[in-house]
Amino acid sequence: MAINNMWVFAQEADGAPSSATLELLTKARSLGGTVSAFVVGDGEAIAGVLGEYGAAKVYSTGTLDGVLPGAAGAAAMKAVIDGGDSPDLILFPQNYEGRDVMGRLSVKLDRTVLTNNTALEVDGDSVKVTTPVFGGETLVTTTFTGEGPYLAAFRPKSFEAAAGDAAAGEVVAAPVPDLGATGAAKVIAVHVEESEGPKLDEAAVVVSGGRGLGDAEKFEMIDRLAKLLKGAPGASRAIVDAGWVPYSMQVGQTGKVVKPNVYIAAGISGATQHMVGMKGSKNIIAINKDAEAPIFGVADLGIVGDVHKVLPKLIEALSAR
Amino acid sequence: MNVIVCVKQIPDPAMPGELDQSTNTLKREGKLILDESDSYGVEMALQLVDAAGEGEVGLVSMAPNGEVSGLRTALAMGAAKAVLVSDPELAGSDALTTAKVLAAAAQRLGDADLIIAGTESSDGYTGTVPEQMAEVLGLPSITFAKSVAVEGGKVKVARQTEAGYDEVECPTPAVVSVTAGVVEPRYPSFKGIMAAKSKPVEEVTAADLGVTPVGWAGADQQIVEVAQAPAREAGEIVEDEGEAHLKIVEFLEGLKVI
Repeated sequence: MAINNMWVFAQEADGAPSSATLELLTKARSLGGTVSAFVVGDGEAIAGVLGEYGAAKVYSTGTLDGVLPGAAGAAAMKAVIDGGDSPDLILFPQNYEGRDVMGRLSVKLDRTVLTNNTALEVDGDSVKVTTPVFGGETLVTTTFTGEGPYLAAFRPKSFEAAAGDAAAGEVVAAPVPDLGATGAAKVIAVHVEESEGPKLDEAAVVVSGGRGLGDAEKFEMIDRLAKLLKGAPGASRAIVDAGWVPYSMQVGQTGKVVKPNVYIAAGISGATQHMVGMKGSKNIIAINKDAEAPIFGVADLGIVGDVHKVLPKLIEALSAR
Repeated sequence: MNVIVCVKQIPDPAMPGELDQSTNTLKREGKLILDESDSYGVEMALQLVDAAGEGEVGLVSMAPNGEVSGLRTALAMGAAKAVLVSDPELAGSDALTTAKVLAAAAQRLGDADLIIAGTESSDGYTGTVPEQMAEVLGLPSITFAKSVAVEGGKVKVARQTEAGYDEVECPTPAVVSVTAGVVEPRYPSFKGIMAAKSKPVEEVTAADLGVTPVGWAGADQQIVEVAQAPAREAGEIVEDEGEAHLKIVEFLEGLKVI
């Protein structure tokens, strides 16, 4: 069984495919073979862009009307597979919807899952994925040994997205079958917490604050600095868990993965949980009281000092320009 | 109301992790502790049962070596009983097998209105087990809960999303995965610790539950390489003596960010 037929779990946000979708399509396209996008939602509207990035076919479940995508997406995929179009490999983004659909599908197909990957290699019949462990210090490469379809999830920004020149993908309806009890979870209301300015995972500059800020009010300094640098504010898990800022600002293994041109970590010690999410930044500036903090191990410029002294002066100097 | 919580006992995260040379998997021998990310689920379950005014919290856990110290912590917090699937055959199990084993253990524990799990463990962090369990059990599920309430046979959850959160509800029984920070876990009291010693922990094997194959035999994956990641070189370190912010300004200028 060579790997000829690949699916990418595709997501739509604000009328466009998500960046993770385009990254995975680009990677799948580079491997040769046939690439299809599977949209759990309305695929019609984004079939053009999905095609450009490599999807010859776009499976579309149609809107879910508030049903959570996990059970619905997996059942729709299973129905297509049972209908005869069985992929050799399905690529998922490592995020909420990707994990849920993949988890449900793995049970339906009785197939293992490999998650948290950052690299993919296909060599004949063998599919190898690489996962960073121990805060990214060690890379573990794993291969699937059983029958396909192989299910693998990749962290955002593992691959670069680049458009090709193919036409829009052919849209194929993949309706959600009756879900019984598993489809009973419904979204009643949607709340958006995103702040103004560039998106955290797309900003060229990210300024993140951690527990070293001392209390929630001091996060205002992070907001101001981010604004002055036309960047986005971010946060460590510690202060998200403490309720200082919303989860949508969390950078790290269980939050967002960012790779900005400049990453400023203020009052963040550099727990592996956090480092996984920002280590790929081009330039890292760290400010921390503790000279032994692990964050200094990855910083291009490390300031051993009190954030309460350094940040106000930095903000003043930048405001004066 | 009865709530079952899936808990994992893991090597102390404060100790450096190590891979077993022969299998390339994480060493999980010796003393294991309650995964901190599961302490939130235990606390949430205790609060839900308290609010309902009746019922109890049961625990299910899986460990290759019969370790119970992490389970005792959760029992000391207030859980009533546990099923521990302990079986050397379980070593090397993948997430799907884990989900099948935990689902069977939950059924052995009895009917539950809610099954709660963490979103991912702190040592393996595959992050799919709660959803896989729900599918094995044919139940609805709500993942990534940052708040949970049960009212009139319905579970209501604030579910984290990329942009904020959604209000989601579904009828019980259901599986809910909770994020760290959903509630503040209590510390076990002395009385709780003493009481935990005599709470029932039933030890069973995977075969007792009728789940086969497990461990290496059930995992359709094989580690083929373990390598050191290229290290990022440390840069310049400056001690702040009042002027360090100018270093940052200079650095940003050099990058043409300002």
